[in-house]
Amino acid sequence: MARTAVLGRLEWQFGTVAELVMETPKVASLLLDVPDWMGHLAGQHVDVRVTADDGYQAERSYSISSPPEDSRLAITVERLDDGEVSPYLVGEVREGDKVELRGPIGGYFVWKGDDDRPVLLVAGGSGVAPLMAMIRHRAANHLKTPTRLLYSSRSYDDVIYRAELERLASAGDGLTVAHTLTRMHPPGWTGYARRIDSAMLAEVAWPKAQMPIVYVCGPTPMVESAANLLVDMGYDPRSVKTERFGATGG
Amino acid sequence: MTAQQSDMKLDGNAIGGLLREIFAMEMTTAQGTCANCGTVHMVGEVVVYLNAPGVVVRCPSCDYVQMKIVRGRDRYWMDMSGVRCLEFSV
Amino acid sequence: MSFISRGFRGKRRDTASSSRLPPGQYLVNDFPVLSAGPTPRIPVAEWSFVIEGEIDKPKSWTWDEFRKLPTEQVTKDIHCVTKWSKFDTGWTGVSVDTLMEGVETAAEYVVEFSYGGYTTNLPLEDVTGGKAWVAFEFDGQPLHPEHGGPARMLVPHLYFWKSAKWVRGLRLVNEDQPGFWEMNGYNNYGDPWREQRYWGD
Repeated sequence: MARTAVLGRLEWQFGTVAELVMETPKVASLLLDVPDWMGHLAGQHVDVRVTADDGYQAERSYSISSPPEDSRLAITVERLDDGEVSPYLVGEVREGDKVELRGPIGGYFVWKGDDDRPVLLVAGGSGVAPLMAMIRHRAANHLKTPTRLLYSSRSYDDVIYRAELERLASAGDGLTVAHTLTRMHPPGWTGYARRIDSAMLAEVAWPKAQMPIVYVCGPTPMVESAANLLVDMGYDPRSVKTERFGATGG
Repeated sequence: MTAQQSDMKLDGNAIGGLLREIFAMEMTTAQGTCANCGTVHMVGEVVVYLNAPGVVVRCPSCDYVQMKIVRGRDRYWMDMSGVRCLEFSV
Repeated sequence: MSFISRGFRGKRRDTASSSRLPPGQYLVNDFPVLSAGPTPRIPVAEWSFVIEGEIDKPKSWTWDEFRKLPTEQVTKDIHCVTKWSKFDTGWTGVSVDTLMEGVETAAEYVVEFSYGGYTTNLPLEDVTGGKAWVAFEFDGQPLHPEHGGPARMLVPHLYFWKSAKWVRGLRLVNEDQPGFWEMNGYNNYGDPWREQRYWGD
């Protein structure tokens, strides 16, 4: 990473919403044009700051779902029913609006692709966003790193990037995607249909002898459960990286 | 853990921006030694509570308060007495 | 602050000036939960409350003993240093005056201490004379753990960080002992009407 990317304070800058993509009924990706964007690594996030006309401000962090190769910066936001910022970003914001942001942030939860260890990605709900940046980065560079995504969603309609994941997984270049639906599944569903547990991980995860690296992202209880299960399976805790999405206001 | 309890609990990624503001560099890969139990954890892995009058950082191994960060009007107050040693490269 | 996010309102809040609203505060409809750590889960069978420190004989109550004490229902405005205020919050609690009955002490200060390790400090005169309660019900319902149950302090004339959640006792001390936040930038006293949020205010 360039020295400037890790040193120095980050300034707040503006992105203009170039496109809004409804990924699912509750989840949208905001594609932003950010002049002078310094670039980022897959897995990093931005802090977004919104200001009301009385001066009230709220700040939230959102993972970047676009790979470093894209010219537009994408954040994928889930609208929480009792949220304060997410109902604004998914519902009110429109093309042409400016969004104040700061980033890229994070050096711990990143995947550069310069390492040939197999990768296990474990996603819960909107936690798939930073992992999608990694998958897209891998595809953009035609990398063949053996990669498995285990993606937990409430239902089929809640699966974010569903069609794109299907397309990428059928390329036969070493990426496989396993879905589990925890609340309901369609008739004829052949994927998993329960919360992530040790049996599921035993089937999906890389054998520990292959020294894989793992990225787990999603709501706190899901992340802790999955990470603990992996460590219980013998994974080196230092190879299991976690990012918790709390519902701290949303 | 109830849904509400877990909602409050995040990790060091959530204060990546704040720490960058304070240290003027990326800190989530820094390694901190807990002053209480001696375990070394990457800042990205520490337990973070954000929705308090200030940020509270706790050791993932023993729950000891490692850092407290309060943002005032034009200044920060930071207590890092729960981190015996912080290792990071420049 | 010239940039405004078009159309952003945020949670409903009222900044219309009201003589009931301290400077810099806004009114909210919900009851925000702030937390510095995992929520303690204390079964009432294991709960106790003590008054200790500069006192001849420490006093303590089990939950059953505590619940036999005379209670008061009070309605108060509360103000959090993070700027939200709530008017007319309803509590049921035991007045600190009741707990301090018969206590003789030369101590001028008190430390509230809680399950989970939280502390906050105040002058003794700010928890006596009808100014403070150990509250166990909010809005007629048992106090939920995320809001400090089984019992929390209620000291509404100061910023709400001075009302310790999950309180387990009061320590009477001769010298003021800054608590968890007072040691880290928050004002030692915390009067919302003089906007005493931070050190130096």
